[in-house]
Amino acid sequence: MQYKDYYAALGVGRDASTEEIKRAYRRLARQYHPDVSKAADAEARFKEINEAHAVLKDPTRRAEYDALGTGWRAGDEFRPGSSAGPASSQRPGAGQYEFSPEEAAAFSDFFSSLFGGRGAGHPGHAGADDLFSRRGADQAARVQITLEDAYRGATRQLRLEVPEIGADGRMGMRARTLNVRIPAGITEGQQIRLAGQGGPGLGGKGEPGDLYLEVTFAPHPQFRSEGRDIHLRLPLAPWEAALGATVPVSTLGGTVNLRIPANAQGNQRLRLKGRGLPGSGSGSGQPAGDCIVQLEIVNPPADTAADRQVWQDLAARFPGFDPRAGFRG
Amino acid sequence: MAQTGEYEGVVLDEQTVLTVTELTHVCGISLEQVRCMVGEGILHPRGQRPEQWRFSGLEVRRTRRAIRLQRDLELNLAGAALALDLLEEIERLRRRLDCLEQHMSSPRDIDGL
Repeated sequence: MQYKDYYAALGVGRDASTEEIKRAYRRLARQYHPDVSKAADAEARFKEINEAHAVLKDPTRRAEYDALGTGWRAGDEFRPGSSAGPASSQRPGAGQYEFSPEEAAAFSDFFSSLFGGRGAGHPGHAGADDLFSRRGADQAARVQITLEDAYRGATRQLRLEVPEIGADGRMGMRARTLNVRIPAGITEGQQIRLAGQGGPGLGGKGEPGDLYLEVTFAPHPQFRSEGRDIHLRLPLAPWEAALGATVPVSTLGGTVNLRIPANAQGNQRLRLKGRGLPGSGSGSGQPAGDCIVQLEIVNPPADTAADRQVWQDLAARFPGFDPRAGFRG
Repeated sequence: MAQTGEYEGVVLDEQTVLTVTELTHVCGISLEQVRCMVGEGILHPRGQRPEQWRFSGLEVRRTRRAIRLQRDLELNLAGAALALDLLEEIERLRRRLDCLEQHMSSPRDIDGL
């Protein structure tokens, strides 16, 4: 397992006061809290910060960690009982800490080897198994799907690391594959709860936790979603906008012939009712979203004298036209 | 160890309705905690009395988030409520911005007079 540099995780020196450690932890916790941060590694960073804080805030644990010595660097191969630093590791008697196997599992192997797995078997707490029964931890995972998947529904295979109580009674991690049905009409950020698919329960009667899947959408070349509405941009020639036209537009549900009214303008938005993501529930449920088409006028090049003449003729035809009327101010 | 079979979860959307007992069970909290969150305006159940309360699936996420924020950042309930409102507003604005930004090309430098 890898040595963890808890001081580096909190960005403090080895001589930091308890007050400094607390301040650093608070600041980093706000920054990397998975509910606050959008950073991809927020969850992992937050765990690291929490683990470092759990050790360094407690003078006894901090002393034991410090006793490993200063010769270590983060990522060094660490074996329990080994000591690379100048000070030799003098571990205080086992059984002093009250980390549950569940808490120890949430932290690294390195943490568990120092402090973990001593709570459950603590002599002072010996008793019936179900006295310790605890619900397993809820787990969260993200699943990225395409907008097309959200429209039609899809099945996604997930690979999860789940905590498991091994034969030795310790918590370890195990890879698990799970096929999950994602129903049509899901929207970005929505969660799917899979009851009983989280961490295993503890003790005789502990129920397993739940798994929460948060759905995110992969970026789409043409479409953006906002709730159930789909936004897209439709390029038009100036004469299509001026005269009106029927233009094929691809929506999630297939191609639609969109009738552009005459005198259409750039940035005008047209709504195709019910052509967004499908609604949830049948009948009384949420209605399907709309497809919102924003018009964009694209000019043909004016590269030759003949091309330019056409535009000049157009200008001569509309001498009073002021595109910036109401713009000045 | 691979596990086969297909799981179908419950989508926590507006359609899903939970009673207060279901919410406490799903989120692992007490009735008193739910009462406090309703009192703080974090949760908006339909119905008058707790036994009539009906929560939407979206409120499961809100509840769990409020609990995590309180626990991990040592916020009080009012602080968690404010953080939650602001976070949801940011998420809404981010999506809005994402929709609007697709309509814009990056600016090209030109000379003005």
